[in-house]
Amino acid sequence: MDRFTWSSGLLEMNETLVIQQRGVKLYDGDDKAKLDVGVAMLSTHQLLWRDMKNHECCISLPLSQIVYFEEQAAGIGKSAKIVIHLHPVSANKEPGPYQLSKFSYIKLSFKEHGQIEFYRRLTEELSQKRWESTPVSQPIPTATGLQAGRTRAVGIVGIERKIEEKRKETDKNISEAFEDLSKLMVKAKEMVELSRSIANKIKDKQGDITEDETIRFKSYLLSMGIANPVTRETHGSGTHYHLQLAKQLGDMLIEPLEERGGMMALTEVYCLVNRARGMELLSPEDLVNACKMFESLKLPLRLRIFDSGVMVVQLQSHSEEEMIASALDNVTEKGSLTAEEFAKLLGLSVLLSKERLFLAEKMGHLCRDDSVEGLRFYPNLFASQA
Amino acid sequence: MHRRGVGAGAIAKKKLAEAKYKERGTVLAEDQIVQMSKQLETFKSNLEEFASKHKQEIRKSSQFRLQFQEMCATIGVDPLASGKGFWSEMLGVGDFYYELGVQIIEVCLALKHRNGGLITLDELHQRVLKGRGRLAQDVSQDDLVRAIKKLKAMGNGFGMIPVGSSYLVQSVPAELNMDHTVVLQLAEKNGYVSVSEIREGLKWEKERACHVLDHLLKEGLAWLDSQASGEPQYWLPALFSELTSRDVTPEEANQMTP
Repeated sequence: MDRFTWSSGLLEMNETLVIQQRGVKLYDGDDKAKLDVGVAMLSTHQLLWRDMKNHECCISLPLSQIVYFEEQAAGIGKSAKIVIHLHPVSANKEPGPYQLSKFSYIKLSFKEHGQIEFYRRLTEELSQKRWESTPVSQPIPTATGLQAGRTRAVGIVGIERKIEEKRKETDKNISEAFEDLSKLMVKAKEMVELSRSIANKIKDKQGDITEDETIRFKSYLLSMGIANPVTRETHGSGTHYHLQLAKQLGDMLIEPLEERGGMMALTEVYCLVNRARGMELLSPEDLVNACKMFESLKLPLRLRIFDSGVMVVQLQSHSEEEMIASALDNVTEKGSLTAEEFAKLLGLSVLLSKERLFLAEKMGHLCRDDSVEGLRFYPNLFASQA
Repeated sequence: MHRRGVGAGAIAKKKLAEAKYKERGTVLAEDQIVQMSKQLETFKSNLEEFASKHKQEIRKSSQFRLQFQEMCATIGVDPLASGKGFWSEMLGVGDFYYELGVQIIEVCLALKHRNGGLITLDELHQRVLKGRGRLAQDVSQDDLVRAIKKLKAMGNGFGMIPVGSSYLVQSVPAELNMDHTVVLQLAEKNGYVSVSEIREGLKWEKERACHVLDHLLKEGLAWLDSQASGEPQYWLPALFSELTSRDVTPEEANQMTP
């Protein structure tokens, strides 16, 4: 610790602050230094340390004094440390906190962590040795270090203080947010329990619930994001919101559907609708639940689920027979088709053209040839030429 | 539930039932619904207050979002169920995740010709971040996972397969059973796998290994390198790292299928 000199904490013109870390305690060799916890700072030229409570107490040592350094892992009740081995004291060293030390190494104890990044930066600086290429002017010698501390007006202190204040404020904001969030969640939990009680009563028919009240209850569940305890759906159909949505979709999807051969995968619809909205987006479940209402609202669209699980929206006018006939025609004309080829022909997505071919096959009009080269469909000659 | 009847008889019957219940000290469901409506109003204003103070936290901090989601799950609330939910409307949680859903779908679609509809969570993460631009908010892998879970509702085969220390995200309804999954996990180390590796590593018969590999080829999830020294290698584009691959256009991909 006798390699340290009192410092103003000011950086020179060509010197840059690389990293700083609070909660660092210094050790003179293996003994705790007679200093409190402070902030360790690494610049391109020096290693500095400032007392957190007494900002005037600041010390530094040039990086050129460092021989090598190593990590000391944390233990039970012990923080992680970086051990720094130093060259012998130079003859003309300025005064510092220690006149003499029997140790040739110091330790930085990281009580608030940060040792990994500090170690990394220290490694970088000591390999780059930037202090050699950008010499700084000799710091003006002063009578005592404490006096030097008083002359600083701007520089690292001001910046450091701002960073510290901002960090405290952010910490405070986050912890306040979490606190408020916890309180909010307690109230939300009460709502969940109340809704369960209501749902149980509806099930057991304790009381006389009108259809109106049921709809209202469902909309409450929707607002809170509580799954309907009876049906297990999050809100199912039957809320006004989905009714309106279904009508909106009925309007806006007609044209895109016609452009795409009368059928669109639900994920495609999701992207289309949400991109158009820009905000107040639909959830995937909103979309599914609205689409389920197409039939009951007598809208010209239908939600359809294929055997594979693929969900599509298709135009009601889009008849099944037409699709199958067109598939058969195209395949017959070309001799055989893969889903990719069919897709290109019709301008459909591969996913949907596959489904059409499967459908035609299911109806017995096409046969598949399933090989490593891919899945190819042929007209079913067994049926037509039998 | 049954419709309320009209007429004096029905009214009398109802009064009797009410009296019976009140006698036993049971609160009626319809009374509770009224109570819930009041509590909902209170909750709504609490949420509004919370939002006015902390709405930015949700968008700015992935840590906060994680905590928020876990708390909701604990109490049995799904904040992403509907865009009409309070959470979505007032905190803007919904828009964040639903938009992310759109971006995920678009990335998966754009790369499907190359990887057959299978992509590592890491690559998906990188590409989504790139697509969002420098000024967009940070998105964590947890955020992606939650958005993907929601996409499942639309039935397009969105799923996550645990592989190595992370996941593969599946975006096509290809049938992948345990056998396929296990082979994918085996291939994760080198990005490819061979029949003998499978036989050694999993102790399978040759037929079983070939069956699985053929299926992966057919689904476009694996590419065959029959010119590899030794025996043919089955490569999985989903597992290609940036270093060992270059982007392939759909036309090139078509030419490559045997």
